[in-house]
Amino acid sequence: MTSSPHPPPTAVWQQDGEAVSLTLAGDWLRAGPAVSVTGTAPDRAPTRYQTDALGTHDSTLPAFILAHLRTLKAPTGDQPPTPLDGLPDNLRGLLQLALAVPEDGGAHPDTRPLSRLETIGNATLSTWQSGLALVDFIGQAVLSLGRFARGRARFRTSDFWVTLQQCGVEALPIVSLISFLIGLILAFVGSVQLAHFGADLYVADLVGISMVREMGVVMTAIIMSGRTGAAFAAHIGSMKANEEIDALRTFGFDPFDFLVLPRILALVLMMPILTVYADIVGILGGMLVGAASGIPPVLYWTETVASLHITTASLGVLKSPFFGAAIAISGCMQGMRAGNSSAAVGEATTRAVVTAITSVIVLDSAFAAVFTLLDI
Amino acid sequence: MAAKITVQDLTMAYGDLVVMHDLNFEIQDKDIFVIMGGSGCGKSTLLRHLIGLREPAKGSILYDGKDFTATPLAERGPFFQRFGVMYQSAALWSSLTLAENISMPLEESCKLPPKTLRDLACYKLSLVGLSGYEDFYPSQISGGMKKRAGIARAMALDPDILFLDEPSSGLDPLSSRRLDDLILGLRDGQGSTIVIVTHELASIFSIANNAVFLDTATHTQGALGNPSELRDHSDNPAVRLFLNRGDTPPSSP
Repeated sequence: MTSSPHPPPTAVWQQDGEAVSLTLAGDWLRAGPAVSVTGTAPDRAPTRYQTDALGTHDSTLPAFILAHLRTLKAPTGDQPPTPLDGLPDNLRGLLQLALAVPEDGGAHPDTRPLSRLETIGNATLSTWQSGLALVDFIGQAVLSLGRFARGRARFRTSDFWVTLQQCGVEALPIVSLISFLIGLILAFVGSVQLAHFGADLYVADLVGISMVREMGVVMTAIIMSGRTGAAFAAHIGSMKANEEIDALRTFGFDPFDFLVLPRILALVLMMPILTVYADIVGILGGMLVGAASGIPPVLYWTETVASLHITTASLGVLKSPFFGAAIAISGCMQGMRAGNSSAAVGEATTRAVVTAITSVIVLDSAFAAVFTLLDI
Repeated sequence: MAAKITVQDLTMAYGDLVVMHDLNFEIQDKDIFVIMGGSGCGKSTLLRHLIGLREPAKGSILYDGKDFTATPLAERGPFFQRFGVMYQSAALWSSLTLAENISMPLEESCKLPPKTLRDLACYKLSLVGLSGYEDFYPSQISGGMKKRAGIARAMALDPDILFLDEPSSGLDPLSSRRLDDLILGLRDGQGSTIVIVTHELASIFSIANNAVFLDTATHTQGALGNPSELRDHSDNPAVRLFLNRGDTPPSSP
């Protein structure tokens, strides 16, 4: 079978006094050549269509006609229906269907561009609102902890253990990998510089102190923000989208006690343990580089232990529960505030990670300032 | 004796946008009461007001003559104990099996041995025809089964009022019919009052004995009464149009 070439689609406007005729010919197909239009379209609906030479057509033809009809001024009051004489029956039926309900001006959202002042005002208000929401959420968390302390908060203990496992044991592989590599990198960078002064051994001090004071806890917090903070937001957000939180409420459960409290507790409990673990793995990473550059592991270990006072060693661990609370609060808050759609859950997850990482870094700076003031 | 549920001068609004105003109706004991109306008219919003998930802009809702809307949130426990709610999406807790979905509210409301909890959950599931699915997760069952599991969970605490949000939407005609039979069976067997949000005409005529029609055009209740009578005798043309699927038979006096 040979396929005959399609004649190209053409549209010809002809105006004769009041009468406007539109001659349509050729094959109107999406995959075919572009439409060649002859004459200018008048600002009136055609009174007559000539379709004798019209071949096959798909939706491009009614779309072309409808696009013209919709550029015309909206009819005011009751007007006779747009004439569609001369069109094939099926096409006339489709166009009548398309024209049956007039264009609804009210359905368009207000797209008036905002002035600069309005934009600034809106941004300020929304920042203020999210600040208030954060304070409100922290307040609720404190109240919820109070209920927990008095044994009045209700949540499923099994849920708590599962969360504990998710943000504890299951995070170990990624925490190991990242901390080990961080220790390795610190040792590499440090040993190159220290070698200039013949102070190779002090790489142990460098890696030990920086891991234990800052890098261990901050890297763990960032990993947990991306891993667990996001998971909290996505889980709670999709529960919200699926009305599961409403269902909790109507059974008399406080969604806050039920969902947020166990997550905050779990992360606050797990963060110090993960931090200690990350510190040790980071030091092992440094030890590997040390061994490669000729420092025996035993010597490296002795030097590390000698450089770490108990105060230094406890600083990172001291910060970790605060970071844990910040991450859990960011994740849960964004989840609880998520809208009721799958896109909203995605946005909530993104915001949760951004908020968590930002708050971890801000908190860490605050701690640094306080420790400096206290001369630790 | 006061009606089971009394809605007085209820106005519902999202911010400044008034969804419905001046709703007044009563739901009697053992009624199957339907809230009907076109899409987006505020049927589900009305249901959310009835169960306290939204606060009215004006007016009040009374249960057995006791004012629900005036009761502070912390003291609404006794009211909540009487409600069973099935949500539009069933809203089963996705991390729990069907049996756990039903036993969790029970577990938290009173201390029961695990065996009893399990038996209660199995019983509720068998009422809705889901025996043998106790250990399935919500994601493993079909839409119709989820709706039925949602009803089973709504009945967990033996509530005397069941609220069902679009129970038969998205179901094939046979499942939808079975669900109607189930609803009638529950009313007769347990003596529950049932409030249903729906726009499925077949269900409305076969199970409802009373209904309120929410009119999108006037933003208030268009009619109140038995749906079959409203279909033929309502003096509101919008109600007749709705209940006749857009056909307009002459109004018989």
